[in-house]
Amino acid sequence: MEFLLVNGPGLLFYLFAALAVLSAILVVSLRNPMYSAFALLVSFLAVAALFFLLHAEFLAVVQIFVYGGGIMVLFLFVIMLVNLHRIQEAEIYGMQWPAALLLAVMLIGLVSWVVARVQFSPANLAPATLVSVDGEVVGNVQAVAWQLFQQYLLPFEIASLFLLVAMIGAVVLARKD
Amino acid sequence: MVEFFGETLFTYAVVPLVKIIAAIIVVLTIIAYTTFAERKILGFLQVRTGPNRVGPWGLFQPIADVAKLLGKEDVIPNRAVKWAYVLAPCLVVGPALLILSVIPYGPPSAEGTIPSWFITDVNAGLLLVVAIASIGVYGLILGGWASNNKFSMLGGLRAAAQMISYEVPQGFSLIVPVLMAGTLSLVGIVEAQLTQGRWFIFGFFPFGLLAFFIYFVAGVAESNRNPFDLPEAESELVAGFHTEYSGMRFALFFLGEYANMIVISAVAVTMFLGGWLRPFPSVGWLSFLNLAFLPAGLAGFLWFLIKLLSFLFVYIWFRGTFPRYRFDQLMDLGWKWLIPTALLSVVATALWKVLI
Repeated sequence: MEFLLVNGPGLLFYLFAALAVLSAILVVSLRNPMYSAFALLVSFLAVAALFFLLHAEFLAVVQIFVYGGGIMVLFLFVIMLVNLHRIQEAEIYGMQWPAALLLAVMLIGLVSWVVARVQFSPANLAPATLVSVDGEVVGNVQAVAWQLFQQYLLPFEIASLFLLVAMIGAVVLARKD
Repeated sequence: MVEFFGETLFTYAVVPLVKIIAAIIVVLTIIAYTTFAERKILGFLQVRTGPNRVGPWGLFQPIADVAKLLGKEDVIPNRAVKWAYVLAPCLVVGPALLILSVIPYGPPSAEGTIPSWFITDVNAGLLLVVAIASIGVYGLILGGWASNNKFSMLGGLRAAAQMISYEVPQGFSLIVPVLMAGTLSLVGIVEAQLTQGRWFIFGFFPFGLLAFFIYFVAGVAESNRNPFDLPEAESELVAGFHTEYSGMRFALFFLGEYANMIVISAVAVTMFLGGWLRPFPSVGWLSFLNLAFLPAGLAGFLWFLIKLLSFLFVYIWFRGTFPRYRFDQLMDLGWKWLIPTALLSVVATALWKVLI
């Protein structure tokens, strides 16, 4: 009992981290796109659990809401609607493998560089929740909001502008005339 | 004495467990008798009697229904994807019951008295409710896809499109009471209605009312009830996503639908109708409505229950009144009417709050 109480967060971290990595591997290795989509969903939810363990409540809930509840449902919708077997046979990505190889090598390099610098264990098992604004204790959501809308207002607005551009672009592409 | 994060075993584990079990039992009972009430009220609306054979006035009908469903053969189609087929009903019921953990059924307790009337109060409570509710749609999609049946598949697709579309106005309309209260904690929102002396449905008139209307319409669509029950439209899709399901697995889908109705009603009561507060909490001469002769908190719970049951009645009333929407009408209503109106009320409430 003592062991579980002391090491509980650490054990849960390894459980969910393993789940996230395992399901991420399944996303790219499974043949059926439907299975891949569900593996991706499990991966997203495991990452949300990691956020919870790090006391980032707001981030965790938004992760579930946006990725779990929104984006993955759209993925599944498209996968169910489109007959993916036919697309596989057409091999539309056949010509792109040199570029893909280059990108993959670059990505591996980047990841190895990060891995070499980061200590891969829960360095701090119970980090303090971000709850204070100017020394005054408020909730986690309020604290994140203050950070976003005061200190990081410009990056926040630029990010939302990008999303707007992407949305207008999608509408333009989808117009029939 | 083992310490659990600064609490004793009793306050850390036993009290919440008892509350969780009590909440689930109460909700399951309400669900059982909602199905009965639905048949009786629909019977009344259609000038017929409704079930009246099992027990006095048919009161034991739900028990007979459950016994029948438990006794039925559990069919899994030959070419179904078995794990997904089995998992799907659980994915509908699980999230709906999970949300019950953050709903405030009654007031928090004073220090040293009986435990408060909610299981837990989370700082991001409302976000948690919306997030967990958005997971529920996977049950419908998965069930529709795993059944390996074209009607189920179409039902699952419709469910996906409908839930995604109506989550947006639902989320926007919930921002309005959050703006009025200035917190996301559900207990905090009800307490804000107490200190401001009005239910948020009457706040910033007419924007509170508008947001409430949008929330409830979107909620009816989210729980796949008439007039938005297109994922299971029996005149077009046999039974939609649960065509292949039988016995207790079908009953689980049914249970999930009713649990979702209760959750959506409970959130509407908490956000717009003052949760456990009596009507007009600021009017002095109505204070006899506090029912002070009842033990602490029970009066609040009774008010909550009355509001909740009225919502369930409205759900059934809708079913007896409105014809089903066509799918393009459903999308039109969601995207062209509800979302712009919800955005308008959010902006108007924010401006009002800043300027006045």
